[in-house]
Amino acid sequence: MATVAVDPRTDYLLRLGDDALVLGQHLSEWCGHGPALEVDISLANLALDQVGQATLLLGEAGDGDKLAFHRDVLDFKNCLLVEQPNGDFAQTIARHLLYTTWQHMLLQRLTQSSDRFLVEFATKAVKEVAYHRELSAEWTVRLGDGTEESARRMAEGLDWCWRFVPELFEVDEGLQAAIDAGIAPDPRAFEEEYRAAIDAVLAEAQLAVPADQRAILGGRRGHHSEHLGHLLAVMQFLPRTYPDATW
Amino acid sequence: MSGDWPLWEVFVRAKGGLSHRHVGSVHAPDAELALRHARDTYTRRLEGVSLWVVPSATIVASDPDEAGELFEPAESKIYRHPTFYDIPDEVKHI
Repeated sequence: MATVAVDPRTDYLLRLGDDALVLGQHLSEWCGHGPALEVDISLANLALDQVGQATLLLGEAGDGDKLAFHRDVLDFKNCLLVEQPNGDFAQTIARHLLYTTWQHMLLQRLTQSSDRFLVEFATKAVKEVAYHRELSAEWTVRLGDGTEESARRMAEGLDWCWRFVPELFEVDEGLQAAIDAGIAPDPRAFEEEYRAAIDAVLAEAQLAVPADQRAILGGRRGHHSEHLGHLLAVMQFLPRTYPDATW
Repeated sequence: MSGDWPLWEVFVRAKGGLSHRHVGSVHAPDAELALRHARDTYTRRLEGVSLWVVPSATIVASDPDEAGELFEPAESKIYRHPTFYDIPDEVKHI
């Protein structure tokens, strides 16, 4: 499928849908590998929530299965943060804290969208994501304020993810069109609230706020890291190799 | 990792009006995460509306070796069961 100009609504659905799909797929990689049985189940639950949200969003954007399994990496519109590798448990928690705190603030505002589907979607998803945000904050505090090793790993995980935060608040042409149409909230309106919320979690976790690094942008326009290609190769292998497979 | 964590007993209230019932246990480093683990492990399929977690170490259990003296005396006292009365059909919730 080639990249084609799409209307702002479809473009916005793909952005949010791809975020949820890629994050859910990464989380599902933990299945059977969690540091404890309880954490394994917990991460699988988070994965299922995100994949469920992706199913709704991509299904509204078009043929959900085709969009998920038969699109090439350049056509994915997810932000770079969600495609970052799981790393260790601390890095997965860092990624989840930084993304779902943003996702939760966005969904709260999306319940006021002019788009009926997005209002209904956000009303359901905001409860799921509130749990994701709380759980990752709880773990951030325990790892940050835990042992010397857990604090070091948590700091390294945050450090890895930090350069991908500015992209969450970037308003490019595509997003501006969705904002103008009343479909999407402007993320810049809650950037200050977001920074304060993350600062508060890190303060409780006895962690320093990472130094600002050169921001990396471009995921929304298809400029992805190598990690997304590897993720898609695993995720898309079966339906692409056996297009008629059913189960 | 979970081997280092204390064990917590999990109780779920299936719906309002019913009592919490013991459903199993989880490992967790503290009470707050024990609740989260209990939620993720035991209420994934709409099993409950309320959760309790209790440190397993705080439960005082009867000694199995004393089961005879504790429980067997009740076996021969069938008159403690209200089975000698005819309950009219109209009486509900007995």
